[in-house]
Amino acid sequence: MNALAATLRRLGAMTIDGVWRLGFAARFSLAVLRYSGQSFLRLPLTIREIYFSGVLSLLIIVVSGLFVGLVLGLQGYDILRRFGSSDALGIMVALSLLRELGPVVAALLFASRAGSAVTAEIGLMKTTEQLQAMDMMAVNPLARVVAPRFWGGVISMPLLAAMFSAMGIFGGWLIGVVAIGVDDGAFWSQMRAAVDFRYDVLNGVIKSFVFGVAVSWIAVFEGYDCQPTAEGVSRAITRTVVYSALAILALDFVLTSFMFRGI
Amino acid sequence: MSRTTLDLWVGVFVALGIGALIFLAVKVGSFSDVSSRGSTYVLEATFEDVGGLKVRAPVKSAGVLVGRVGSIQLDPKIFRAVVRLNINKEFTFPTDTSASILTSGVLGEQYVGLGAGYKTEVLKDGNVLESTQPAVVLEKLIGQFLTNKTEAPASAPAPVPAQ
Amino acid sequence: MSSNVPSDPLVCLEGVRFAYGEREILQGIDLTVKRGQVVAIMGGSGCGKTTLLRLIGGQLRAGSGKVEVDGQNLGRLSTRALYAMRRRMGMLFQFGALFTDMNVFDNVAFPLHEHTVLPDELIRDLVLMKLHAVGLRGAQSLMPAELSGGMARRVALARAVALDPMLMLYDEPFAGLDPISLGVTGQLIRRLNDALGAASIMVTHDVQVSLDLVDYVYFVSNGIIVAQGTPEEIRASDDPFVRQFIRAESDGPVPFHYPAPPLESLLSGVAA
Repeated sequence: MNALAATLRRLGAMTIDGVWRLGFAARFSLAVLRYSGQSFLRLPLTIREIYFSGVLSLLIIVVSGLFVGLVLGLQGYDILRRFGSSDALGIMVALSLLRELGPVVAALLFASRAGSAVTAEIGLMKTTEQLQAMDMMAVNPLARVVAPRFWGGVISMPLLAAMFSAMGIFGGWLIGVVAIGVDDGAFWSQMRAAVDFRYDVLNGVIKSFVFGVAVSWIAVFEGYDCQPTAEGVSRAITRTVVYSALAILALDFVLTSFMFRGI
Repeated sequence: MSRTTLDLWVGVFVALGIGALIFLAVKVGSFSDVSSRGSTYVLEATFEDVGGLKVRAPVKSAGVLVGRVGSIQLDPKIFRAVVRLNINKEFTFPTDTSASILTSGVLGEQYVGLGAGYKTEVLKDGNVLESTQPAVVLEKLIGQFLTNKTEAPASAPAPVPAQ
Repeated sequence: MSSNVPSDPLVCLEGVRFAYGEREILQGIDLTVKRGQVVAIMGGSGCGKTTLLRLIGGQLRAGSGKVEVDGQNLGRLSTRALYAMRRRMGMLFQFGALFTDMNVFDNVAFPLHEHTVLPDELIRDLVLMKLHAVGLRGAQSLMPAELSGGMARRVALARAVALDPMLMLYDEPFAGLDPISLGVTGQLIRRLNDALGAASIMVTHDVQVSLDLVDYVYFVSNGIIVAQGTPEEIRASDDPFVRQFIRAESDGPVPFHYPAPPLESLLSGVAA
């Protein structure tokens, strides 16, 4: 009986806690959106954050994109050759990158490279009372610190995903055309015939934009919400990476099922 | 880091990103003007069996992409599949054009092939293609092949009927 | 400037209560600070001093009672009005809370850039004046990570007074400072207060330095004010709490032990 009561009580506490956090998260996002105008008026703040989340992620995105493309080229060629359709390598590389791998892998890398950095930065600012100090100087930290980082991430993400896909296609071309000897013309023309701008490219961009919103939001929220201790910050960073990965993959499923239903 | 170097780097970053997008749009993908409303007209064709044909599958004539499949529905009266084809306005076809459902490669995707006829009048928006050939369904073929074998065990295996 | 300011109360707390969830931190605090005064709030760690400071800064809202600053009840102010009020307050955080991504100059210039539209040259002059006042004009291009604890606190002080506040709040300004830095900081607090004609509230447990420089002292324990008076009155006080605090005795009204059942019962319980 006691055990049952205790279990129920824990369930109740978890629910209340969850609802409270949800409400807090909703209020937080509304506040961030409300103060976004101010951060756009002061563009240098957002540009600075594009530098930190975008430019500094450039290297890892470009290198990873290239390698993913190289691997896709090798694997794709190996499979397509069995059906005598190695000319379709371009299609395979381009479609898998544009629709799935580009947005998803770039977003995963972005979460662990830039998202964790944003969480760490905001978390440390909270721990060292910088956010409070700002608040006491009548400067809203949501407008000055959180909103620019959020928008910096949202703007960077689609650009990074596009670069990832472009590098990947280049990698696939390197393997397929330069190394293995698939016909250059067939590679590009088949790809162009099969890849539709609106259906494939644009949907990929939409995906990466949605991922950018999700990852940036998780990163700033976890940073802002973290326990102001060293342990709290490290936990918040872990949560950012884990939740971002889960959110990206779950959202990818939802978006894919809407976009590429292929009745 | 000073403002100007920061601005420079972000500028380079954004330019690269937009460059990548343009590359994807122009070099990798193509603007499928066949799917937009204004530049296409609709032809209808009824098939006994569409097999694995999908919406947005290509419509080709002599192997050239001329349009895409707009919708596939079942006509409940005659129990045939009604396929609407969005054809690019650049291309016109004689009224005795035939439509068949073909497969690219052995396991490739299915598409609608248009075989142009010889008449001088051309098909207009909303016209129906009279002559159609259904998709080749692999299971049916195999079934046919097996029945042939059991019915005529002595004779050599019947060749797969070419469609 | 400090001589002709009226001595009406700038900060006034009446019956202020505050609780985190079910844990009552403050249980009815009355306190007044007049313009020109430097007031210390003392008490053991965890007695609610910092909470009190946050209530005055408007970062927390009182559960009941009234917190008035310059005649306005902070509990009733909108966020906008509260921010307007805070522009006239300066707060020094325990470890300075300097923005680690900016150098010393930009840290001090931050409130000026945010709240004024002054030309850059004027801001530069103002910042250098403030830095000069804390003796760190030469350190203007250093990053916070390159500063010692005492220097960081002085920079933070320069930043806090950048907008010439009417009220200064200090959270443990002396914690973790060597004796020299401690003396320098103490003098700076007094000098800046007199120069600005402001009022200062300082939360601290550093008795000796504080008694030398403040005008009035409040002792807080268990959420209530247990003693108050001028430094002379405090030194002469025979209140057991004040005596324990000033002489740094380990046991007294502030118990050495956290509340627990007697050790004997625990030991016999284990033996049984």
